Amino acid sequence: MIAELGQIALIIALILAVLQGVLPLIGAQRNDAALMAFARPAAVAQFGFIAIAFGILVNAFVLNDFSLTYVANNSNSELPTMYRVAAVWGAHEGSMLLWVLILATWTLAVAWRSRSLPEDMVARVLGVLGLISVGTLAFILFTSNPFWRLQPAALDGADLNPLLQDPALVIHPPMLYVGYVGLSVAFAFAIAAMLSGRLDRQWARWTRPWTTAAWVFLTLGIALGSWWAYYELGWGGWWFWDPVENASFMPWLAATALFHSLAVTETRGLFKSWTLLLAIMAFSLSLLGTFLVRSGILVSVHAFASDPARGYFILAFLFVVIGVALALYAWRAPGLDTAGGFQASSRETFLLVNNVLLVVAAALILIGTLYPLFVDYFANAKVSVGAPVFELAFVIPMLPLVVLMGVGMHATWRTGNLRETLVRFKWHIGAALAIGIALPVLGFGAPGPLTVVGTTAAVWLILASLAEPVQALTGKKRVSAARMGMHVAHLGVGVFTLGVAIVTSYGIEADRSIRPGETVAVAGHEFTLNRFDAVTGPNYDAIRGTVAVTREGDAVATLAPEKRRYRQQQSPMTEAGIDASLGRDLFVALGDPLGDNAWSVRIQYKPMIRLIWLGCIIMALGGLVAMSDRRYRVRESATAKAGARDAAAAATAPAQEAG
Amino acid sequence: MRFALPLAVFIALGALFAFSLTRDPTLIPSPLLDQPLPSFSLPDLADPEVNVTEAALAGNPALLNIWGSWCAQCGTEHAFLMELARNGVPIVGLNWNDEQDSARAWLERLGDPYVVTAVDVEGRVAIDLGVYGAPETFLVDGGGTIIYKYIGPLTPQVWRDEFMPRLAQLDSGGAGD
Repeated sequence: MIAELGQIALIIALILAVLQGVLPLIGAQRNDAALMAFARPAAVAQFGFIAIAFGILVNAFVLNDFSLTYVANNSNSELPTMYRVAAVWGAHEGSMLLWVLILATWTLAVAWRSRSLPEDMVARVLGVLGLISVGTLAFILFTSNPFWRLQPAALDGADLNPLLQDPALVIHPPMLYVGYVGLSVAFAFAIAAMLSGRLDRQWARWTRPWTTAAWVFLTLGIALGSWWAYYELGWGGWWFWDPVENASFMPWLAATALFHSLAVTETRGLFKSWTLLLAIMAFSLSLLGTFLVRSGILVSVHAFASDPARGYFILAFLFVVIGVALALYAWRAPGLDTAGGFQASSRETFLLVNNVLLVVAAALILIGTLYPLFVDYFANAKVSVGAPVFELAFVIPMLPLVVLMGVGMHATWRTGNLRETLVRFKWHIGAALAIGIALPVLGFGAPGPLTVVGTTAAVWLILASLAEPVQALTGKKRVSAARMGMHVAHLGVGVFTLGVAIVTSYGIEADRSIRPGETVAVAGHEFTLNRFDAVTGPNYDAIRGTVAVTREGDAVATLAPEKRRYRQQQSPMTEAGIDASLGRDLFVALGDPLGDNAWSVRIQYKPMIRLIWLGCIIMALGGLVAMSDRRYRVRESATAKAGARDAAAAATAPAQEAG
Repeated sequence: MRFALPLAVFIALGALFAFSLTRDPTLIPSPLLDQPLPSFSLPDLADPEVNVTEAALAGNPALLNIWGSWCAQCGTEHAFLMELARNGVPIVGLNWNDEQDSARAWLERLGDPYVVTAVDVEGRVAIDLGVYGAPETFLVDGGGTIIYKYIGPLTPQVWRDEFMPRLAQLDSGGAGD
């Protein structure tokens, strides 16, 4: 009975979503306060019913209710409780429910934190979010219902995909979804602005922290996924350019471009139509990411053909959301732009270049991801666009971006003086060149040209990002939280770039065969396989190797790589043994038994790979710092004053405003 | 009308997508039809020391089934393959892009319908065969000529509608025209 209650809760939520999507929008057009006032309570109630449905599904998993098809397909009585909860979003139906729960949560947050906004703006934003919710809830109820009963009930479940039985995978999808779905708020603000025809600097100020918040989650979600792929897939790579990863990375690039463009709109009142387009693009790409990846069309066209109802629903939904948004854009955006000049080396120019480079990068990845589908269609041929192509296509716009970032962040609004900035940072530039060359040469051996360019650009960005925070910490300068956040985030980009430059240039991967008692030498370390043990986990059996690592005779670490076999699904899984430190990772993964007690092992030496994820964490931290800026927490009474101050600020455009 | 440009691009892309999805991927003709099966030599899944070649299909009409333990749709056709094997249809497996461990585990768990399974780790032979995705099934006559290719999971209905008439034609000596 309980599962049926979940179903009913979803139906009620759908009805509420329709009301929330339709009435406030009509109210805002007609200036009818009663209809507009409907938005907030509907959002709250909708959240409540979706939360009930979600809770019921979680409950079904925890209690092993195998009379539900979805539970029977994705859980097992031997599965540890933590993974039973995570199994809720382990496959399509549940992750759609999670998606809509997160959408309802963002909507709730907007309803709660929007007291200082005009009522018609709130009504429109909540209305648009309600309409998105209508689409998603209908998709769940009509094509992807997690509450379907299985007749007769299964005795036990088929178990969660073992790849997903990992702590990082418990939080990675929710984190990513919070980011994806968070971009719907910026999207709703953009639609609201186009509907009302009012897009001022105040609008950008409201939109910006929501965008940053979504971006922070997206950053952490992507980093978690990369970290998980690194230690769980057994290949030791940290990014594979597969369609699923690309699908999460494209909205990230668009969101990054968006909040930089918002900075210009907030401070100077420029780039308005461009900001709108980016807001539409960012959310469209996240929809594309969730739905196309989930439908499996990017991986195999067969997945689509096997369930056409789902596929056509997704396409129709994407087409309506993106199509209507872009049509509205074609109609309303032309009237919104305001003129305003800026000079060639001003902050605006750098932000424009930033935007162009980020969008180019996202477009290249989009083309690379969809290209196989097109070739498949037009030429009837199978091609795959591999990592080398993506890497090249990505480095070309990104390397200049990293170099320019260090300059651009110190440029002033309206009138910039490039020469003055360069002179001011001549010591930083010198130091970056020295360290950028010395670090790879002294630390790792002769570098290639691209390595030196990469490390120098990274060190330059790190030094340039630290300059102002150091002044602030020593009390020489006051720096606003928004600006401090920008410095921290850019520092993160520098740290990330340094890690990428070093690990791609100096990482070593060796596949060897090894027997107990034998030693192999890789990257100046000796790896000795001491023994194999049989290990029994809750729902798997494993063989665990014990590998002692020494360097010139001194003990470094003892690693315990495992090869697991999950009992229900009988699939082998690799658990790598990793000795991690900031300077380098040592990585041992068991391959296959080669017979005669020998095993193939993959041994890797990954210098500075930790900087990649550390950089992402620093970036996210920068986002949080920027969001904490006081100007985003203005109360109703302060709004009017802020507006007046804006008008004054627009005239003078102080250099130290937003980042 | 630069503001309408994004909409135009989107509509073009959307039309392409929608159009391409209406095409049934299983209808794509293979240029290999009526051609001899490309020769191959791959390790046997059961014993990597032994090589499997196209000769495994020679003699009688036989099926070449491309599968992988990672392929969910291969699971849906597996029971039917078992039934075909029980009824004496020789099926040669081509294990594509798979981990050999999981491939063996798969056959242990679900049963082995294959006369022999060749392991194509690098996907070379799959490329020669123009494999579109797993599962795919080739019908090869006794002389090694590809008669028919089916993309997607085999079902009793597909077998009855597509394979049986062709097999009957082969039996009556009508092949090769």
